[in-house]
Amino acid sequence: MEQHSAEFLANADEALAGRERAQLREAMGLFAPALHSAAANAYGDFDALREHLHAVRRHTLDHLDVYLDRYLEAATENGNSVHFAETPDEMNRTVEAICRQHGARRIIKGKSMVTEESALNDHLTGAGFAVRETDLGEYIIQEAGETPSHIVGPALHKTKDEIRELFLARHDLGERSLESAGEMVGEARQVLREEFLGGEVGIIGANALVAETGYSLLVTNEGNGDLCANLPPVLIVCTTLERLLPRMSDAADLLRLLARSATGQPVTCYTSFYSGPRRPGDADGPVETHIVLLDNRRTEILASDYSDMLQCIRCGACLNHCPIYVAAGGHAYGWVYPGPVGSVLTPLLTSLEESHLLPNACTACGRCAEVCPANIPLPDLLRDLRQEEREQALSPVGWRRGLAFHARLLRHPWLYHRLTGLAARMLALAARGRGVLSRVPFAAGFLSERDLPAPTGASFMARYRGPHGDER
Amino acid sequence: MTAATDAQPAAPGEQPAVALFVTCLVDLFRPEVGFATLRLLEDAGCRVYVPRAQTCCGQPGYNNGDYEGARAVARDVIRTFEQAEFVVVPSGSCAGMLIHHYPKLLEGAWRERARALAERTWELTAFLSDVLSDVLPVRRRVPAAQAQAAVAYHDGCAGLRELGIREQPRRLLAESGIAVRELEQPDVCCGFGGTFCAKMPAISAKMADDKLKDAVETGADTLVAGDLGCLIALAGRARREGVALSFRHVAELLDGELEAPPIGEETRG
Repeated sequence: MEQHSAEFLANADEALAGRERAQLREAMGLFAPALHSAAANAYGDFDALREHLHAVRRHTLDHLDVYLDRYLEAATENGNSVHFAETPDEMNRTVEAICRQHGARRIIKGKSMVTEESALNDHLTGAGFAVRETDLGEYIIQEAGETPSHIVGPALHKTKDEIRELFLARHDLGERSLESAGEMVGEARQVLREEFLGGEVGIIGANALVAETGYSLLVTNEGNGDLCANLPPVLIVCTTLERLLPRMSDAADLLRLLARSATGQPVTCYTSFYSGPRRPGDADGPVETHIVLLDNRRTEILASDYSDMLQCIRCGACLNHCPIYVAAGGHAYGWVYPGPVGSVLTPLLTSLEESHLLPNACTACGRCAEVCPANIPLPDLLRDLRQEEREQALSPVGWRRGLAFHARLLRHPWLYHRLTGLAARMLALAARGRGVLSRVPFAAGFLSERDLPAPTGASFMARYRGPHGDER
Repeated sequence: MTAATDAQPAAPGEQPAVALFVTCLVDLFRPEVGFATLRLLEDAGCRVYVPRAQTCCGQPGYNNGDYEGARAVARDVIRTFEQAEFVVVPSGSCAGMLIHHYPKLLEGAWRERARALAERTWELTAFLSDVLSDVLPVRRRVPAAQAQAAVAYHDGCAGLRELGIREQPRRLLAESGIAVRELEQPDVCCGFGGTFCAKMPAISAKMADDKLKDAVETGADTLVAGDLGCLIALAGRARREGVALSFRHVAELLDGELEAPPIGEETRG
């Protein structure tokens, strides 16, 4: 997908102005954390589970070559063809070639953020294929020509009325007016049923790849992933290297963390392991299965100081708990992954130069790290990216100079106290008893939305006389 | 660089010797918080001194990715304060910087010195509540009128998540006869975030508005917090938007002298 993260602030302003959608996000910002904490508390020692899986995944990442070999062997043994794609374009071309081999035209897709990364739909549509998203949220935004605003609920930004109007415009509804959400879901189900039955190739993502069995794991709440995987004769799983887990029991632990963190459910409605093509005697299943493993800089991340980011299980908890995501909305971030996870991944997977605002969209409040099931120190990684921003001189020059001056001044206490003492007295005078200031040099950003409470008079250091008189 | 007048750690049985880390915001904007802290500590039986060589904990640079500059500041702070028996900070954010970030930032022998300092550094309400409460009673001087104020409490994020401070200020306020009204979302950031509020003012203002709304809906007339940064940003937004809410640092309420009008409000008389 094309990256527009440089427009973060303008996009956020637009999102803040949209009242109805802002209210939707506020509601999400309340109920999602409530569901999450209820689910985590009900589990028992959620932190121990987090730490266990963190250790397992650290080990897996540290020995990725070993587990990748094991996975390859097992998956191939099961009858899968495994393909590697270094770039998003390579993945798109691999998928296209498989579709062409089978003379397929109609492709049905389950939800997959990896294919958003590579803009697979645009690629396939451009090559003449008909692609249909089958996850309800993905279906809605595909009909609307939009991109996901949330990694778990891609259409969370749309109000019920917007969806009704979309269906009224796009579907031949006759007399039906789709009053309730239930009727709208029924309408989508009806349309999608035909698409499922006509699909010639199914494409899905994966929540995990299991090295010991060669299986891929997928969770959904709608069952659409299973229909995409089982109805068409050809199945393509598009995923990435860091989904690897050593054992089936690790996948079970992942499931315990994932559903609770994503939606507050103890388990999703559908949890499926896909082994490979239909075996003799199987009643159904695809005849041919492919796994496409995309790198897209992930091996670079593995070798960098950001390798913790590869522990991300894409649950969306950091989005739901981030007040900046809730205020600005997912589209403001300008690429595939929004929120704290996106503010780290976008610079790493695309370019920091274009997206350096994103690591600044953080107050270091730490709520994301607190809920992250993968124990990723998101605020630390965001700060590290701000260090790179500074080193590459991407931040505004005025900021850099101001902060550099401040840092030097802090090392000269006598001068510092002279200057702050002077500033305190001058600002207190300028406030003329009003208590606040609305114009202060170098404070335009702060003052654009707020007044500045004025100092109450002389600084502490100017007023303080030590226990034994003046220590100066 | 280190002030020669700094007191030495107290021997066992003696008064606890506390070095006060004033914080740059208290120094510049609201010295009354510093003096309230001094009185609270002295009333609790501490011998308090204020090292003159202190400036700021270095968070503005650190949070903007100037690790080299922040390391230099951290080393200065360690040199200035490491002889203290206790270091007390009227801010969860600055205390968190000393306790959690200095040891991460520094390496080798300096990391050890940072850890040693971290072990003796306390946020004010945690110190009063967790260290002193068993030893010495805190003398209360909250006037009756103040005790009747309807107070809501805002938990600063660093204090809450880095230091686990939640119950301490509530307990101290309750002991002073001030019942705290709880916000609906006490664990959500107010939008200050240091330089964040200047870099992304519109988003920051939206977060502040949500926090102010939450506080007003509790029926409180005063919002109290342990971090002056949050308070300045919230009070500034409330004044700009005409929100009828007063703001004070928790040290001011616990001390009860209330020397200055609430943050950002007109000077009376």
